[in-house]
Parts: sequence; structure tokens; C-alpha cells
Amino acid sequence: MTTTMDASRRTPAARPVAARARSLLLGRDAAVIVLLVAVWLIGSVSVDNFAKPNTVYFLLLDVLPIVLIALPMTMVVIAAEIDLSVASMLGLSSVIVGVLFQHGWPVWAAAVVALGIGAVGGALNGFLVATVGLPSLAVTVATLALFRGIAVGLLGTKAVTGFPESYKDLASDRLFGPGTAIPAVLLVFVVLAIGFGVLLHFTAFGRATYAVGMSAETSRFSGVNVRAVKFWLFVATGAVSALAGIYWTLRYGSARGDNAVGLELTVVAAVLVGGVSIFGGRGAIPGVIAGALLIGALRAVLRLADVSADAINIATGVVLIASVVFPRILSGVRGRRRRSRRRGLEPEPSLE
Amino acid sequence: MSVAPTFAKRDWPLMLVRRREFGVVAAVVVLVTVTTVINPGFAIGSDGFRNLLLTPSLLVILAVAQAIVIITKNVDLSVSAVLGLTAYATGLLFTDVPGAPLPLVVVAGIGLGAVLGAVNGFLVSVARVPSLVITLGTLYIYRGIDVAWAGSDRINATDLPSQFTALGTASLLGIPVMSIVAVAVVAIAAYVMSQTRAGRQMYAIGSNGYAAQLYGLAVRRTVFIGFVASGTLAGLAGVLFAARYATVSSNAGFGMELQAVAAAVLGGVAIVGGIGTVLGAALGAVLLTTISRALPTLGIGDFWQQAVLGALIIGAIVLDRAIAARQARRLRSAHARAAAVARKEPVS
Repeated sequence: MTTTMDASRRTPAARPVAARARSLLLGRDAAVIVLLVAVWLIGSVSVDNFAKPNTVYFLLLDVLPIVLIALPMTMVVIAAEIDLSVASMLGLSSVIVGVLFQHGWPVWAAAVVALGIGAVGGALNGFLVATVGLPSLAVTVATLALFRGIAVGLLGTKAVTGFPESYKDLASDRLFGPGTAIPAVLLVFVVLAIGFGVLLHFTAFGRATYAVGMSAETSRFSGVNVRAVKFWLFVATGAVSALAGIYWTLRYGSARGDNAVGLELTVVAAVLVGGVSIFGGRGAIPGVIAGALLIGALRAVLRLADVSADAINIATGVVLIASVVFPRILSGVRGRRRRSRRRGLEPEPSLE
Repeated sequence: MSVAPTFAKRDWPLMLVRRREFGVVAAVVVLVTVTTVINPGFAIGSDGFRNLLLTPSLLVILAVAQAIVIITKNVDLSVSAVLGLTAYATGLLFTDVPGAPLPLVVVAGIGLGAVLGAVNGFLVSVARVPSLVITLGTLYIYRGIDVAWAGSDRINATDLPSQFTALGTASLLGIPVMSIVAVAVVAIAAYVMSQTRAGRQMYAIGSNGYAAQLYGLAVRRTVFIGFVASGTLAGLAGVLFAARYATVSSNAGFGMELQAVAAAVLGGVAIVGGIGTVLGAALGAVLLTTISRALPTLGIGDFWQQAVLGALIIGAIVLDRAIAARQARRLRSAHARAAAVARKEPVS
């Protein structure tokens, strides 16, 4: 609804809309990246130990599940939907790995099953949203409870531990030997980021995702299979969340039903800070990666500066709100200036 | 036996009995009956009966708050944090200002809720950013302020005046005072939403904001008022939380925002806006709390509660969808029949 309003308000401007949108987008992405660099520099200069490889290493490990899930979430939000069930799926996947491991399965086989369950859970979301036509906010609030409920139901308050060291090392090994900053597991993210980046920005499916987010109806009339696009996006979020769950289990060496409670909100925050429009149709993968890193870096800086965890949450909230409010205010000011310029030429239309 | 059905019948005539509210009431009645047969202590006896009425009160108030906002096609994820913050502020006011008059503290707590709601409303209506994003942000911020302020501190029962904690336990004619407050909130909100201009405007804005604006409704102001109402009610819930539990730590009400949304959806408030009633949301909250209390008695482990809840919400929204589709089909065929009559063709 609001998108239609926006569109109808913008068309009369009749300026090269695409060019303007592109410059806005670039500006937006650039702003996040500049902010990230600024936080990084300020952190390095003013906070002890921030620039140490070890800090960067732990920052990357901490941010990994967020930025992993943010990749498919970006596409879901660009398609004007949302998936709030991701953290619950992460927990469920972690519990599946744990329970199967407890029953004597090898970890890799348990992980494969967990990935499969992730895809199935995502398909359930996708089916309810794309085929039944339910609003994704309602559906994924429900599956948030459902997936978390199954996870907690299976394990209760118990935790499965004792995973083989070789698997745990997978999640914590460093790429260039001891003491260096880059965790080896980052390679998984790099591969997925390239994959999702290519999918979103260089394929027909990616263009269809933007089209669906701009206007589902128009894209249907132009021959886009809206249902299929939405369905597969939810399958992707489910599977990647399950992957993040496997990582979580191995990194902390413990499968628990309440792993990553509330992480969905951080993922959404990262995506929105990264410049994706909640109205759909706008956003890009590089911006989102910068957004997730920005939130991660901010948290790391504040933590090292001995700021308490709660103040860090306040900062996350402020960044989230500022990242959406400022562009709106700026565009509002710009629009008003344009309108008043026009008003000088035309008789003022009476409003009341 | 339970308060909900008589309430539904007295205040809402037949036209609503046919609707979702009736189904939810029926579900509550069946659930309570079955559970009571298995374990009489669930609803019979002074303790069981009291708990049956008392436990849902807080969520009922939050669900009403959520319903008002959802009807305007928005959502307020910060209600749980507002509850936590006002609960702590209320407790702190009692400990830091000994001898503060009780009504004043209650009003201050509710007022704080209204202010926090106004911040949400201001950001949503002025910046015109979707409320999901704004209230997600303020959820973090309000909870963060709460934790930063409270630290590992807790308000304990001994810090609070006994008159105040009595609010949470006292009964009037066998009915807990908190339940009476919750019912009053539902009644007032139901009246405002269905009978007053402001309430009807909220429905209009939620069904079609663009049309409402063209029609000349003050969309921004109305949405703002909706958020203030939601914050105020969450503030009231916070005060009641402090009175009921008498211990307030910084995680009071944690995660209740999604329960409130779930209760509203369960009670037939459509997330797309403009559809549903606050009474439905309140009943949804009663059903939700009753289910969590009944599950252990029914032999389903505590831990599965959330899964059942999730499945239930999915069932509820799929059902809504099916009913809406059937209605649309019926309207279409009625329309086709009318058109055929107008063309003087035989109706097939």
C-alpha cells in the first residue's frame, strides 16, 4: 500500500527515476561502509586492543551467524516479505545435530539432516506465504514459536556436549595459523556471499526478486512466477539458518534448545542498517554485509571500552532507527524543497 | 464458569457470536472443562479458580494494546520492554521516595508508558518508517535502558508497600482485582474501537490508508494516538506486573511482545490491518495463557508449549484465510447471479 503511495508521489517528478534511485542506493551503501570504516578507525585509535588480530578474530566469529542469515534475509526483505523464524530454526538445527549425535550418529550426517530440516521448515514458511497467501509477518511469528518449541521440546533444558574436537576445530581454526585474524570458517561465508551476490545482482531470479518487491501484481502480469520466487527465498533462509545452527553448535560445543534466542531481530537490524528497504524492491548484498559488520564492530568496540551489554543494545537500537529515519527525513526535506519550488510557479492548491 | 463467555454474551450480541470470538471462547471452555475433569484442582477450589482468572490478566492488557495498533496496520514490538521499564520505574519510585502516595505512583507508571508510546508514535508517524522497524529499535533501546538502569538490581517485595502488592493479590467478591482491571480495559477499548469516531478511523486507516487520507482523515495523528494508547496500556501492565509479582528484575516481561502479537492473531486480528476486535485479541490472550497452564495436566510436557502455540497460530491464520476466501467466492457468485437477473438470463 505504502509503496503505491510512494510511487504515485514520485512519478510526477518525472526525473530520471532509475538514475536517481541508483545514486541514492550507491549513496546509501557508501554511507554504511564509511560508517563502518569510521567505527573501525575510531575503535583502533581510541580503544585498547581493538586492532589486535584476536579481537578481529572473535568479532568475525561472533558476527558470522548474523551475516550468514542476513544474506538470504536480504533477498526475502527485497521481495517485500520478512522471516522472523530464523533464530528459532538455528536453535532447532542445533538441537537436531545434538540429538542425532547423542544417538550415535556421526556429526557430518547429523549436520546433513539438520540442513534438510532447515530447508523443510523454510518450505513450510514458503508454502504458507507464497501458496496460501498469508502475510509473512504472521506466518513467521508462528513458526518462530513452532520451531523454537520443537527445539525446546526435544531437549528440554538439557544441553548436548562432547562433540569431537576435530569438528569443533572446524568452527574455530584460523586460516593463516595461530594468532592471525581470519577464521577458516569465514571461507564458507565468502562462498555463500558470492553465491547470493551473483544470484541477486546478476541473474533473472535476482531481478525477479526486486520486481516482486516493487509490485507483486505487476511482476505477475509481466510473467514472473511470484509464488516460486517467494517460496524458494524462504527455503533458502531456512537452510542457511540451519547452517548457522550447525556452526553455532560446533563453535560453542553445545547443542541447546535456547541457542540464539532473539537473534532474528539482530539479523533484521543488520539487513535494514545495510540499506535494504523494508518496503521491498531496494537493497544490495555489499551494503548488508557492511551493515552486519557495523553492528558487530560497534558491539566489539563498546565491549572492549567496558561499556555494559545493555548500553550496547541501546546502541544497536539507535543505529537501527537512525538508519531508517535519516534517509526518510532527508528525502522528505528534498521533496518539500521541490514542492515549494514548484509552488512558486503554480497557484497553490488548497488542501482543506 | 469462566468469565469470558458471559462477558461475550452480555456485551456483544449475536452478530459477534458468529465470529471468531465465539470460536475462541468455545476453545477456552472445552480446554478448561477437559483439564478440570482430569485434574479438578485446575478450575475448582479457590486457588484454581483464582489462577484461572488472574494469570491471563497481564497478557490480556498487552493483547488489547497490540490489537489497537495492528488494526491501524502497524505493529508494536516494544510493548514488552515498555512493561519491563515501567514495572521497574514503579518499584523504584516506591523504594526511592518512601511514603509516595499510591495513586500518584500508579499514574506515574502509566504516564511513563504513555511517553514511551508517544516516542514510537512520533517516529512512526513523522518519519513514516514502518512501525516494525521503529518498534524493533525501541524494543532494543527500552530494554537496554531498563537493564542499564536496573543492572543486577532487583525490586523485592519488602521494598514495596503492602497496599500496592495487595493490588496484585486482592479479590473483590471472589474475583481478583487484576482481572477486573483487565476486563475494564477490554470493555473501554472495545467501546472506543467500535463506537467512537477515533476507533472507526483506526479501522478505516488500517483497511486502506490511502483512501482514508484522500477522505480527509488525520492519518498520522490517529496512528500516533494508537501508539500512545498501546504504550499507556503497556505501562498499566507494567504497574500491575510490579504489584502482582512484587519482584521486578530487568528482564520483566521479556519476550512478551510476540505473545501479544500471537494472542491478537489468534483472536482474529488480521496482521494486514483493519480487521478484528480488541475483544477477540483479549480472548486470544486468555486462550493462550490457559493452554500453557493446561498442557502439563493434559500430559504434554511443559517444554512443548511453544510448539503447540506455534501450530495453533498457523491453524488460526489458515482458518481465517479459508473463511475469507469462501466469503469472497460467495459474494462473487451472488454478484454473478444478480448480473444474470439483470440481463434476464436464466440462473444456472
